[in-house]
Order: sequence, then C-alpha cells, then structure tokens
Amino acid sequence: MSKRAVIGLVLLLALACALPFVVSSYRTFQLTLALVYSITLLGLNMLTGYNGQISLGHGAFYAIGAYCAAILMDKYGVPYWATIPVAGVVCLLVGFLFGLPALRLEGLYLALATFALGVSLPQLIKYKGIDNWTGGVQGIVITKPDPPFGLPISQDQWLYFFCLAVVIVMFVLGRNLLRGRIGRAMVAIRDNHIAAEAMGVNSAMVKSLTFGVSAMYTGISGALGAIAIQFVAPDSFNVFLSITFLVGIVIGGLASISGALYGALFIQFVPNIADDLSKAAPWAVFGMFLIGFMYLMPMGVAGAIRMGLARIARRAQNSRPGAA
Amino acid sequence: MEGFLHQVLAGLATGGIYASLALALVMIYQATHLVNFAQGEMAMFCTYIAWSLTNAGVPYWIAFLLTVVFAFILGVVIERVIIRPVENAPVLSVVVVFIGLLVILNSVAGWIYTYTIKTFPSPFPEQPILGIRYVSPHEFGAIGVTLVVLALLYAFFRFTPLGLAMRAAAQNPDSSRLVGIRVGWMLALGWGLAAAVGSVAGMMVAPIVFLDPNMMSGILLYAFAAALVGGVDNPAGAVFGGFLVGVLENVVGAYVVGPDLKLSVALVLIIAVLVIKPTGFFGRVHVTRV
Repeated sequence: MSKRAVIGLVLLLALACALPFVVSSYRTFQLTLALVYSITLLGLNMLTGYNGQISLGHGAFYAIGAYCAAILMDKYGVPYWATIPVAGVVCLLVGFLFGLPALRLEGLYLALATFALGVSLPQLIKYKGIDNWTGGVQGIVITKPDPPFGLPISQDQWLYFFCLAVVIVMFVLGRNLLRGRIGRAMVAIRDNHIAAEAMGVNSAMVKSLTFGVSAMYTGISGALGAIAIQFVAPDSFNVFLSITFLVGIVIGGLASISGALYGALFIQFVPNIADDLSKAAPWAVFGMFLIGFMYLMPMGVAGAIRMGLARIARRAQNSRPGAA
Repeated sequence: MEGFLHQVLAGLATGGIYASLALALVMIYQATHLVNFAQGEMAMFCTYIAWSLTNAGVPYWIAFLLTVVFAFILGVVIERVIIRPVENAPVLSVVVVFIGLLVILNSVAGWIYTYTIKTFPSPFPEQPILGIRYVSPHEFGAIGVTLVVLALLYAFFRFTPLGLAMRAAAQNPDSSRLVGIRVGWMLALGWGLAAAVGSVAGMMVAPIVFLDPNMMSGILLYAFAAALVGGVDNPAGAVFGGFLVGVLENVVGAYVVGPDLKLSVALVLIIAVLVIKPTGFFGRVHVTRV
C-alpha cells in the first residue's frame, strides 16, 4: 500500500470512531446496519464480482446466519459474540455444499436457481417442522448486549464499535484473500475458465470454495444484523433482501473491495430519503439506479472514484513543468 | 378419489396459466438466450391495467383485448428502450437490468394502486359448466382461454410469413439479416407477443390468487420450473411442463408436503432439473466447441 493510501485509511478509521459520539443514537444504529451490510456486500462481491457466479439468493445465507445467532442466544444462552464464528462456520459449510451442484450451472442458470431460492425462502423458514427453533411466523426476539468492562458508552455505541471491529477483521482477511493467489484464480475463472484450468487452477475447487467463503461472510453479517435489530422473522428475509444486496454491489462497484462500503451506505440511507415520497419510492429508485448504473457506470461508485483520481493524477503530472 | 380428481383438475387449470407464462419466457429465451426475470411483473402490471378498465365500466372482454394490446406495446417499448442497449453485454449486466425492471414495475404498481389486495373479476358464470362439479367454472374457463391462446400462437408461427420471419430471426440472425428480415424488430415483436401472452396469464390467475403487486413472484417461479422441465428452448415442451408443474404442485402440495411448502416444490424442481437433466424433457442438447 502506498503512503497516501495508509494516511487515507487512518483518517477514515478516525472518522468512523468519532461518528457515534457526534450523531444521534438512531443514526448510530443506522450506521451499524450499514457496517453489517458492508460485510455481506464484500462476500457477495467475491462470488459475483470477482468469480462471476451470479447469486440472487444471498438473503438465504444472511437468514441462516441471523437464525444461528438468534437460536443460539435465545435457546442456549450463548453470549452474542460467540454466535458470530458459529454462524460463519455453519454458512461456510452450507455455502460450500450449495456450491457443489451450483458448479454445473453457468451464468443465467445459477441466477435462476438462486432466484428460486430467494423467492421460496420465507416459506422454508416458516416450515412447521422447525418452528420449535425458529419461532415460526412470530420469529425470535433477542436482547441487546450491554457494553463490557463497564465502558461508559451506550448499547448502540458499543454495538457500533463491535461491528466496526468485525468489519475491519473481515475486510483485512478479504483483501488478503482477493489480492493473493486464490483471488487471482477467482478472477481468472471469471474471465476465461478454460484458460484458467490450463494454467493449473482447480476451477471446481476454487468455485465451490468461493461460494463457501462468500456464504460465510454473509452469514457473519446476518448474525451481526440479528443482534443489532434484536429480532428475526421469516418475512424480513424475502427475495427483496437478496435484490437489495445485488443493488449494493452494483452501485458500490463490482469486483472492488471499497465498493462494499459505498454500496452499504447506499442501501442503508437512500431508502430512508426516498421513503418520504412514498412507500414504493425506495424500490423505484433502486430499480432506476440498477439500470442507470449498468448503462452509465458499470464499475459503480468505486470505479468512478478510481477513474476520477487517475484523471487528477494525470493532470497534475501534465501540468508539472518539464513533463512531456 | 373425488378429492384427488379435483386436485388434478385444479392443477390443470393453474397449469395452463403457468404454461402461458412459461411460453412467454421460452419465446424470449429462444430469440435471445436470456430468461426474463421481469416477465411476471410485466404480467402483473398489465393485470392492474385490466382492473382499472373494468372498474371504469368497460365490459370485461373489451378490457381484456385492450389489456393485451397494451401489454404488446409495453413489451415492444421495453425491448427497444431498455433491453436493446445491453443486448450484447455480459450475462451479469443483463440479469441486473432485468432485476431493475422487475423492481421498477413492482414499485410503480404499488405506488399507483397501493399494496392492498384487490379482487379481480372472472368473466365466467357462477354455475358449474356442463354440470361438472370437480372444477370451478373459472378454472374451466382458464383452461379454455389458455388453449385458445396456444392455438393462436401456433397458427401465427406456423402459417404466417411474419411468424416464419420471427422464427428465422431467432434461429439464425445473420442469415435472416441477409435475406432482408429486420432482426431487431423481430426481437421487439417477440417481446411484445411474450408480454401479451403473459398478460393473459395474469388476468386468468388474478381471480384465483387475488390482485396485488407481489402476486406473480410465486407464479413466475412455477413458470421457470415449467420452462425448464419442458426444455427451455422448446415451446411445446414449456406448455407440457406448465400443465405438469400445475398438477404436481397441487397433488404434492395436498398429499405430501402440505400447502405451506408449495413454493419449495418449484424450487426443488428447478434445482433438480438443472442439476440432473439441464435440457429438460424435450430440450436440445447444446454442444460447444472449446
């Protein structure tokens, strides 16, 4: 990383730490949710942006993570922080297993199968055979964690910092994964899987592992989301949740790590603004942004920022005396 | 036994509706190799237009015709304006545009007509037709309407020059262009026809499931399953698949998994067909040279 990028990151981190002390507790709660979504978006972006496997059903893994956390806390009295790794591992396994048959499906067909999963998900969660655990249509209510060690901050602020810490860990891990050998293998499979295999990439393994890791990110995010909202219910995990995630990665920027943050802020705050217009307006706005971005800015906000910075750098170089 | 017969016949009625929507999907798939995720919402939107017309006092069958014409124009306009720019884009972009279209139509319908559930009139009489008690008159009528639509489509594609041109454009765009067929417009016409067929499905299903902006999401899933079971590039297969899925859904829903898990039948069917036999019953096997 360049020196400038490090300074930028430190400033960003300082800003993120200062925010909950200057905004209202409701805004802090919203920012917490944006942090939570950013983990999902990073996970989905690994699968769809980097690896080229389209998922329209990631709400399913989010729901599994959320229910893992809720059930563990509600039925077994597990502390909230311990549910996060469990949710991650469960989703890693489920995602890996789902990824095995998904290997046979290319592009459009995978989109179809995952779309079907997303649409039928609320019905699956409401299934009578498991409502001892899931609470059926009623869902599960969980309690908000108190700040530990007698820290003099509110519950909302503590939750914000807790999520921020998880986000930092997940983004550092994600960056290392994507910048390394496996990340390059993912991109190679997306761009030309035959050439990738000829280069010695184990396409099947990388694809199902990507599915698993992507699901793990989403599950961890789902667990955090459940703790933040303190409630899980089947109907909040409908197909529009999965579509929201798709909106997030398209707006933020496909195949970019920072894009997950922009996308998360977008899907958290834009509906709030549009809500004043009409109950239906957020989705109309989402739809227009989806189509508009595909036409005008296919690389999303992250891509636009990158291009803008490159242009400024070029101009600075050209205006320097002596530069050809 | 009577209960079983009733389930099968009711399944055939909804199956006809799935068959129409599956046919709309297959028509677009054949021409462009894309699956239109917004097909259900287009049908839903058109059904709301029909609802407005009948509420304004227009007789049912005139409203029906006007809606079909509106759907056709809507389909053509969507193809020309929204789909055409991404025609040759990667699959992901096209899927994103379809999803964008889906949420726009859904939210605009919710914006104009609100999310409260509405009843939709059925054009068929209350009394049982031909004294058959196993099946309601509306179900009976829906099967009839579906069959008429299928026959008309078949005749159009089989016996008219325009139908032939459209088939040619779908099968071999380059050669069609050489003999003077305007391939772009044939695609747009295909979209229009698909939307029109979809709107018929919407108007037939609305009296059964009631009218609300989300009414088609389940139906679309069954239509996907139907198209895949029949082979996604085979129109006759899609129709067969529609009836099969309709009956399966009802029978399995009534006797095996219960009505709460009906949608999962579609999910399992979709994944099973895609994984075990991606060409469905009647699809063509595609071989690509590496």
